[in-house]
Amino acid sequence: MARTVTTSRRTVNTVFAGALSLLMFFPVLWIVILSFKTEGDAIKAPFEILFNTGWTTESYGAVQARSNYFKHFSNSLIISLGSTFLGLLIAIPAAWSMAFVPAKRTKDVLMWMLSTKMLPPVGVLVPIYLIFRDLGILDTRSGLVFVLMMINLPIIVWMLYTYFREIPGEILEAARMDGASLREEVIHVLIPMAIPGMASTVLLNIILAWNEAFWTLNLTAAKAAPLTAFIASYSSPEGLFYAKLSAASIMAIAPILIMGWFSQKQLVRGLTFGAVK
Amino acid sequence: MGQIQLKSVKKCFGDVVVIPPLDLEIEDGKFVVFVGPSGCGKSTLLRLIAGLEDVTEGTVEIDGKDATGLPPAKRGLAMVFQSYALYPHMSVRRNIAFPMKMARIPQDEQERRISEAARVLNLTDYLDRRPGQLSGGQRQRVAIGRAIVREPAAFLFDEPLSNLDAALRVGMRLEISELHKRLDTTMIYVTHDQVEAMTMADKIVVLRDGVIEQVGSPLELYREPRNLFVAGFIGSPKMNFVDGPEAAKYDAHTIGIRPEHIDVSAESGEWTGTVGVSEHLGSDTFFRVNVDGFGDPLTVRADGEVDLHYGDTIRLAPNLDQLHRFDAEEKRLA
Repeated sequence: MARTVTTSRRTVNTVFAGALSLLMFFPVLWIVILSFKTEGDAIKAPFEILFNTGWTTESYGAVQARSNYFKHFSNSLIISLGSTFLGLLIAIPAAWSMAFVPAKRTKDVLMWMLSTKMLPPVGVLVPIYLIFRDLGILDTRSGLVFVLMMINLPIIVWMLYTYFREIPGEILEAARMDGASLREEVIHVLIPMAIPGMASTVLLNIILAWNEAFWTLNLTAAKAAPLTAFIASYSSPEGLFYAKLSAASIMAIAPILIMGWFSQKQLVRGLTFGAVK
Repeated sequence: MGQIQLKSVKKCFGDVVVIPPLDLEIEDGKFVVFVGPSGCGKSTLLRLIAGLEDVTEGTVEIDGKDATGLPPAKRGLAMVFQSYALYPHMSVRRNIAFPMKMARIPQDEQERRISEAARVLNLTDYLDRRPGQLSGGQRQRVAIGRAIVREPAAFLFDEPLSNLDAALRVGMRLEISELHKRLDTTMIYVTHDQVEAMTMADKIVVLRDGVIEQVGSPLELYREPRNLFVAGFIGSPKMNFVDGPEAAKYDAHTIGIRPEHIDVSAESGEWTGTVGVSEHLGSDTFFRVNVDGFGDPLTVRADGEVDLHYGDTIRLAPNLDQLHRFDAEEKRLA
């Protein structure tokens, strides 16, 4: 028998869920509000800000005038897309071999890969910084593409592994019998069948790379700085500029927010792929 | 051509020997069925021939050439899987075309072979559908179509009918036999169903624990099973086995008699028993009969219309020409 939920109970649930989501969304909402205020209004008491101040887009203008948004935007784009693409190139063969030719220690290898995510990044900041300096790739986009790929690789491999495991081995064997080489088997059969899973892997990875702040802030100065550095530059020694900082934040997160909004169906489908047969 | 020879082929998974060294010759154009209970190594043997598993020792020869080290793609064999293993993201047409695309066969030739295969397999109206939109029987035909267009040296079937319902299975059985007659290509067919083996095979290979128990035509196996295992496995319903003093009368450790080789009458017959449960199939009726002095009840075939009821006392007359005798090692006595 299906569980029944009474109407009054459902109303309570709805109100509670609504309140909770408002609570979680509130910081973002507040940033949106502040970004449309003057710098003077933005430091007033919250109640004042909401009801006794006017609206303006001057902060956006100021941010545009002061820093080159599009340079940062294109850096973010190149770094997140580049690290995702490079990560896929490495992760597909890795996940293929772990899913279809597992060895005794495959599970351990997966665990080990994931365990690198548990290490605090700051613990390896100095060695990586020095390596970057010696290789001359500090403040370069290729350096960041590489480091973000490394950071997110365990997640890509782990996700792809889960999706590949869902693909029946007999289909790949059929391709082998049909004369496909390993490359053809992967390109014509495995990848098309894993498209939903790969799409969500790609989306999630772009989001993670776009939002990554620790490495992007520490390994860049001016040339390769992505949008995270663009935001950070507004909490500067000159003092806090709430309105401009808010405007910069909105400009930095808007692209990824919009992408996430349009792809949420795909994301959820991919993340729950295989959970229910 | 499609002549396959296994020479002292051995297969181990880790320390476990799945197939001890084994020799087998499959002649060109024959329909050979590997049959045995689950876990007997029949599928493994097929996969060794296909090249999907590596042999641990020994050689696999195809048309006289050593193919032991060749990958599946280079062996010129086609396989039909139990799960059909169609490519779900491709239309039926592209599924069938896939092996030809891999072989880089010219487009117009591909088209010609696809429409020919579709005609033979009644798939012409379904060429643009996806596998997900087809019934089980149609999917199986697509899998066969994909195998045919390669024009392979031999077809390998791995329990292709076990996912189909009973009625469809009989139909597909006939279609596959028909296909074999028409193409005249070697076919190796794996099944655990002895009825499929009996009805389709030119030659049956009975396997148990990776060992070949007997090789022969269906009737040879039916008439002269080499041991107790083959005797019990081939034939439906199963052969009756009797041991103890009754078997000693025939100088055997165990005697075997098939249900269809026992005559039922009210008056005369060597054995006396009471009728137990019965199965009415229309054309035949199978009775369980508890015979005095025998351990297990016997299964006996009678005419479909015979008038016998639960608890009736009857006489049974075994047809002595058809009696099988086995020694204590379960081997057939001449």
